This record gives sequence, C-alpha cells and structure tokens, in this order.
Amino acid sequence: MALEILIDWFPYLFSGIVLTLGLVAAALIIGVGLGLPLALGQVYGTLPVRFIISIYVWFFRGLPVLVLLFLFYFGLFPALGLDLPAFYVGAIVLGLWGAAYQSQVFRGAIQSISEGQMTAARSLGMSRFQAIRSVILPQAMRIALPGWSNQYPEILTESSVCYAIGVAELLTRSSQIVSQTYVTMPIYLACAVIFILLSYAGTSGIHILEKKIAIPGFGPGGS
Amino acid sequence: MDQITFILDVMVPAFESGLLMTLALVAVTAPIGLLIGIGVACGRVYGGKGLSWLMQLYAIFFRGCPLLLLLFILYFGLPSIGIVFTPFVASVLGFIFCNSAYNSEYIRGSIISIKEGQLIAAKALGMTRNQAIINIVLPQALRRSIPGISNEFIYLIKYSSLAYMITVIELTGASKLIATKYFAYNETFFAVALVYLALVTITTFGASALEKKFAIPG
Repeated sequence: MALEILIDWFPYLFSGIVLTLGLVAAALIIGVGLGLPLALGQVYGTLPVRFIISIYVWFFRGLPVLVLLFLFYFGLFPALGLDLPAFYVGAIVLGLWGAAYQSQVFRGAIQSISEGQMTAARSLGMSRFQAIRSVILPQAMRIALPGWSNQYPEILTESSVCYAIGVAELLTRSSQIVSQTYVTMPIYLACAVIFILLSYAGTSGIHILEKKIAIPGFGPGGS
Repeated sequence: MDQITFILDVMVPAFESGLLMTLALVAVTAPIGLLIGIGVACGRVYGGKGLSWLMQLYAIFFRGCPLLLLLFILYFGLPSIGIVFTPFVASVLGFIFCNSAYNSEYIRGSIISIKEGQLIAAKALGMTRNQAIINIVLPQALRRSIPGISNEFIYLIKYSSLAYMITVIELTGASKLIATKYFAYNETFFAVALVYLALVTITTFGASALEKKFAIPG
C-alpha cells in the first residue's frame, strides 16, 4: 500500500526535488558569485573593506539558517517593501549564508598560493588585477574545489529548513503527502533516501570534475 | 507599545526561558554525541568488516539526512509504529544522531592520523589492543579532533533552533512567538540574532582556549 502511494505521489515529490535542487543551485551560484569577491576583498582589500567583510562572515556564519529565514522573510524584506515569494527568499538567504562559508574556502585557497607568485607577476609587468585573474585564481580555484564541493551536501540538507517559510521543496511536499495519506514512515524514509542519493550523486559528480580539471603534479587532487 | 517596555517586559523574559531551553538541548546532546561519536569512529577504524560497514552506514545516513527530516521522523513518524517521544526527547535524539555522526568523522580522521607503529609498540610492551587504543591512541586522537568537535558544537548551538519546528520553545521559538504576537518581526529577530551571535562567539573563544590548553607541548 505504501509503495502504491509513493508511486501515485511521485510526480508531486519530483517537483519538490526540482525545487530543492533549484534552491541548492541558487545558493551555490550566489555563493560563488558573492563568496569569491568577498574572499578577494578579505585578502587584497583595504582595512575597512576587510573589516566589513569579516563582519558579514561573522554574522552569517554565526546564525542558524532558520533565524536568517525568519529575519529576511518576515522582517527585512517586508520592511524594505519587497514582497518576494518564499522560494526566492529561501534561495537568497541560502545564497548569502553559503557565500559566507564559501568565501572562507576561497580565502584559504588564495592565501595558500605563495606570495612570490604575485611579486613575480607584478615584476613581469602585470597589473594587480591581471595577476589575480590569470595567475592566482586559476590555481586557487583548483585548490578550493574539494573544500567548495563539501559545501554542496551541507547546503542540500540545510535547504530543507526552507520548509519553515513554506517553500514547496522536497521535505515540505513529503510532509504534505504524510498529512494527506496518513502514511508516515515510508514517505519520510523515502524522502531521506532521496536526500542521501542527491547528496551522493552530487558529490561524486564533483569528484569527477576535480579529476578532469586537475593539473598533473599540482594541487591536492593533481598528483 | 514603548520600545523599552517591550524589550524589558516581553523580550527579556521570553528570551531567558528560550535561552535556557536552547542551553538544555545543547548540554544534554553534546556529551552523549561525543561519546557515541568516539564509539562509532572506533568501530569504523578497529571493528571487523561487518561492524565497520554498519558504522559507516550510520555516518552516511545521519549526515545525509536533513536534520529537520530526522526530527519529523522521530516526532511525527515514530508514533505511527507506536513509539512516542516528547518534543524535547525527540529533538535531543535527533541532535545526538546528527552530532555523533559528524563527530565520528572528525575522530576517525584523527585516529587514522596517529601512526600505526604506536599501536604495535604498545602491544609489544604487553598492552592489549583495547588498552592501547584507550591509553595511547585516543588521548592523542581526541586532542587532534578538538577543532572539529568544537566546530560541531557551534553547529549544534545553531541547529538546536530546528527543535522549534517540533514545538520545543527554545530561543528561535520564543522569538517567533513574540514576533508574531506583537507584530515586531525585525526587532525581535535581530535581537535573537544577537543572542545567537553572542553564544557562538563566546563558544569560539572557549574552543580556542580549550585547544591551547590541551595542546601537547612541542
């Protein structure tokens, strides 16, 4: 019986998977798009820039996602006159939150490139920006990849907290099915298995990518 | 309502009881989570094939399953097969599973980082395998996993907020209730954010002090 219900409701669950992956993708894209400039600012910026960025990182890393969601969904966005749908709020919050973590991964990778390379690039006539773009970042990003890929399962599991503001992602839909059908354990366990499979599939995918872009003899995945 | 009266008469008492609940959740979870984490890690490294596989499954399941879903399973799911927990017990159980699974990974990593020669040397000195693990390997391995474990402790403070979703009124729950009741979302959530930031910042300093204290000189 439980299996029949699962099959009947699978399309409904499936759109939940799509929304969950949408949240994760948004969080990763915002995470890189914002986390990388934050990391660069923290390494190469002036003192005030570094200070502001470290406040940002401290704030978003110190708070539970649930509190961040409540703060932005019920507090900040309405106060700013923005009436965003829950999905967008969830994606933005996960993105801002993920950026704080990812910036630290990138920062560590950038700092692991020896300073001599910057000096060498400058002495070859490159500008600071050119040196960062063509010398430091191509190496740093490869070093950052394993640490960055660890963010994926974390964001995936954390995305389920968007349940609290009513985003119709996988967990929300599973609980809706539970309250409609009164079949609890099989549905919840199926949901858990889907989450674990998504986590596993994503991590393996990133490992393949790591091997592909590795420079032979360079970096953690390279040798 | 006057801001100061609101803060003093509404926020402070609510946050006080919420904070106590959060601290209770953390205080019950952390030691048990650490002990089970050590057990799982030892099982994975030193256990036979079956045990090691089982422990790995434990770590994969509880790290891959979102904590919120785990809490739903414990609180809404298990009653359907006749097991009923109070919200507090259900959240503590969920936190313990999650916390111990992550801790086991850190501890496993540091156990592996201790040279195997030490175990052989201890055995050569007449220690049994268990004695060697408890007296030689673990004291070193646990020291090395302090950064990871304290990181996980900070995570625990943060994810204890999820207990609110199964009706435990801790900090986040207390703030949500007064925010909704008095329609003061920004003030309340910013205030609760400050409480969490204070908790996390204090813990961070405590953790690095602990790390220094237990460092092996040289």
